[in-house]
Amino acid sequence: MNTGDNLLDRVLASLGAQALETGMAHGILVLQIAPDSLVPVVGRLKREFGFDLFLDVTATDWPQRRPRFDVVYHFYSTRDFVRVRVKTRVEEADPTVDTLVPLYGSARYMERECHEMYGICFRGNDDLRPLLLYEGFVGHPLRKDYPKQKEQPLVPYRDVKP
Amino acid sequence: MSATTPVPRQQKSAAFEYLTTRKDEFVGWARKFSLFPYPFVTACCAMEFMSVSSTLYDTDRFGAALPRFTPRQSDLLMVVGTVSHKQAPILRKVYEQMCEPKWVIAFGVCATSGGFYQNYAALPGIDKIIPVDLYIPGCPPRPEMVIDGIMKLQDKIAGARHPIINQDF
Ligand code: SF4
Repeated sequence: MNTGDNLLDRVLASLGAQALETGMAHGILVLQIAPDSLVPVVGRLKREFGFDLFLDVTATDWPQRRPRFDVVYHFYSTRDFVRVRVKTRVEEADPTVDTLVPLYGSARYMERECHEMYGICFRGNDDLRPLLLYEGFVGHPLRKDYPKQKEQPLVPYRDVKP
Repeated sequence: MSATTPVPRQQKSAAFEYLTTRKDEFVGWARKFSLFPYPFVTACCAMEFMSVSSTLYDTDRFGAALPRFTPRQSDLLMVVGTVSHKQAPILRKVYEQMCEPKWVIAFGVCATSGGFYQNYAALPGIDKIIPVDLYIPGCPPRPEMVIDGIMKLQDKIAGARHPIINQDF
């Protein structure tokens, strides 16, 4: 047993009660939590267990399911070399979770990207301008109901005669 | 200028026609060997562009290698790589800044048709926004194809009319 596995066991023992569901996937501890407990749980992961690197936030779209979206976070411990995945479910009608910017500054940009691609709102992040897309883009392209080839050109197309 | 009615082309003298044709040939010859490309390089095709413009393949021998990194000094726009919708206004502006005469090469399938990027982000071919003279397919194209393309463009320039004095001459 290396220290990383011990760490995950300790995380599970102390945070398991707050999780709706737990599991292991490819050596990553998975915690499924309610949106309200996101900030407390992540705060404890950072302060008590040393998950100091915020890897990513993304979302998963389940069009048939209620609630429709999973917001998925990954954290890494640079001391123990293990990862934790935190998932939380949000409704399509109100896809809002609290921002993690006070805990991890790097969350600012990643939340921006998640916001434009999936339309997840991060309460408390004051900069949710488009990052990879442009002003005026309508819709969220990585949602499954966005038409695959729908384009929103910025420059009007030329009138080409064949 | 007095308001003389322009002489229809068929009534011009044979000597004049001969002169015009020779002038076009001469200007075409001069222009085809002084192509200054502006590389609008956005994606992985750039690697192939570096390869074709460096020692081994060396497009310099065709008079087409000295890149000018300002559109105002160049007459050949090489669009190398994927152009996204977000970049399209930049490409359009670069094209508009170039002085006449100007030619455009679409280098690689992404610039030609969008390639396998058929989605919300990529422009499906630069000819949707600017006119293109030559398409070089391939993902990325082999240097031989690029050289062939440049030679084809030179043939096109050599065979074209070059109105440098006025509309009719
Ligand atoms: S054509 Fe292929 S190599 Fe060239 S930019 Fe597109 S994907 Fe990259």
